[in-house]
Amino acid sequence: MTKVLRKIASSAVLATAHVVTGVRGVWAGCAPSSEQRIYFANHTSHGDFVLIWTALPKAHRANTRPVAGADYWTKSALRRFFVGDVFNAVLIDRNAPSESRGNVLAPLIEALNEGHSLIFFPEGTRNTGEEPLLPFKTGLCHLARAAPHVPLVPVWIDNIGRVIPKGEALPVPLLCHVTFGAPLALQDGENRDAFLARARDALLALRSRDGGDE
Amino acid sequence: MTFDSPMLYLCTGVFGVLTLATATERVLFRRSKGEASPMLQNLKERIDSWWIMAMFLTAAFLVGRIGMVVLFAIASFLALREFMTLMRTRRGDHWALFAAFFVVLPAQYALIGVDWYGLYSIFIPVYAFLLLPIVAVLRADTQAFTRRVAELQWGLMTCVFCVSHLPALMSLDIPGFEGRNERLVAFLIIVVQGSDVLQYVWGKLFGRTKVAPTVSPSKTVEGLAGGLASATLLGAALWELTPFSPLQAGAMAFVAALMGFLGGLVMSSIKRDRGVKDWGEIIRGHGGMLDRLDSIVFGAPIFFHLTRYWFTV
Repeated sequence: MTKVLRKIASSAVLATAHVVTGVRGVWAGCAPSSEQRIYFANHTSHGDFVLIWTALPKAHRANTRPVAGADYWTKSALRRFFVGDVFNAVLIDRNAPSESRGNVLAPLIEALNEGHSLIFFPEGTRNTGEEPLLPFKTGLCHLARAAPHVPLVPVWIDNIGRVIPKGEALPVPLLCHVTFGAPLALQDGENRDAFLARARDALLALRSRDGGDE
Repeated sequence: MTFDSPMLYLCTGVFGVLTLATATERVLFRRSKGEASPMLQNLKERIDSWWIMAMFLTAAFLVGRIGMVVLFAIASFLALREFMTLMRTRRGDHWALFAAFFVVLPAQYALIGVDWYGLYSIFIPVYAFLLLPIVAVLRADTQAFTRRVAELQWGLMTCVFCVSHLPALMSLDIPGFEGRNERLVAFLIIVVQGSDVLQYVWGKLFGRTKVAPTVSPSKTVEGLAGGLASATLLGAALWELTPFSPLQAGAMAFVAALMGFLGGLVMSSIKRDRGVKDWGEIIRGHGGMLDRLDSIVFGAPIFFHLTRYWFTV
């Protein structure tokens, strides 16, 4: 029963994403593949991981898990169903006290060890301001250290912030692109800040400018 | 739709031309020995897409009026989505945009579906044009207000209002032409799209003088003249499909093709202004839905009203 529901729900999400955003994956820096990867992307809307998920090759979707904030996504039964059953997300506790910070990423590392790919938003929260990209939290660097064999793929998501701006319940149809850049990895002796800056630049470099406010 | 000889000739003609095009392209591909030029590759994609478009149109024609209304409503939706993506919308436009896509667009096509001429011919230029700025002003964002309102209005005008005049042709009451109105739609589409292709061919063969170098560098005077002349002849040759005499059919075709060219120029300068080459990428080889519709956008309402004025009761 849940399996059927899950299937219907995921098809509905895919269909909605296509009708509203006509989403297209642009594989600028790497080819679509089912190898294990960590996709890290800009975060402006709850639609973000849906778009990345839609742009991935079908065979790769079931094995790719978005990382989502437990505080938001466990609030209602419907949210729990989508995030848990449909997208099989890895939930993290963003409000954990600072002394247990080290453990916050433990579920992610476990998922990586099980061979899953991840969709990760290194800004840590949705960006609703004027800046195109917030400074990265340290999480991406921890992941890179914990799983040095997994390529980190920057993914720029266009326009979705215009499709569902903050505080709006209903989407308007505008075209979105999901641009996949060249994979990067933590280099020997590279310190945390240098790595985060490099990763952030790689993501910003994928940004295109069409439409939207100037 | 009545399937008598002119309609049969038409289907045979259209699919015959496509078969010929595909056959030619295959021969060229074989000659290129796996090293097809980008132009040939694009030609192949364009022809393949034409097959798909021709099949969608044929299906809509077979269903009749409702099929036509639904097909062009979808085309309008896709075109408006491309258009508004390139415009500089702000958060304050959200409700107005939502209303444009999910209220105005379906309402326009519903009015055409129920054949309410008095309302569908003014619904967008009067009601939507006045109501959408009101919806926008409720959000109290005055930054670039005039520009934002105008961009949304022009998007609705071109992508929805103008395009909806193709299925609206189905409702014209032409004495002695009852039950055959879909032929007018076919006539207009064939003449305008034919004119595009013929302008391209004439331009490639004899093009020397650019006609609008800053707006559309690939268009030439020779292409334009040859294309318009041959589209006029094509229209006259198709007179049996229409309620027009051969001379009238040629004149109608000329007007439609000329409006197609001028409308294409206008839509091109909007693209240039926004710094893009194509509106989108939904139709392989052609670009976006608007890249295919742009020439029909300006022709459709003019063709509709000329026909309505001169040929209906």
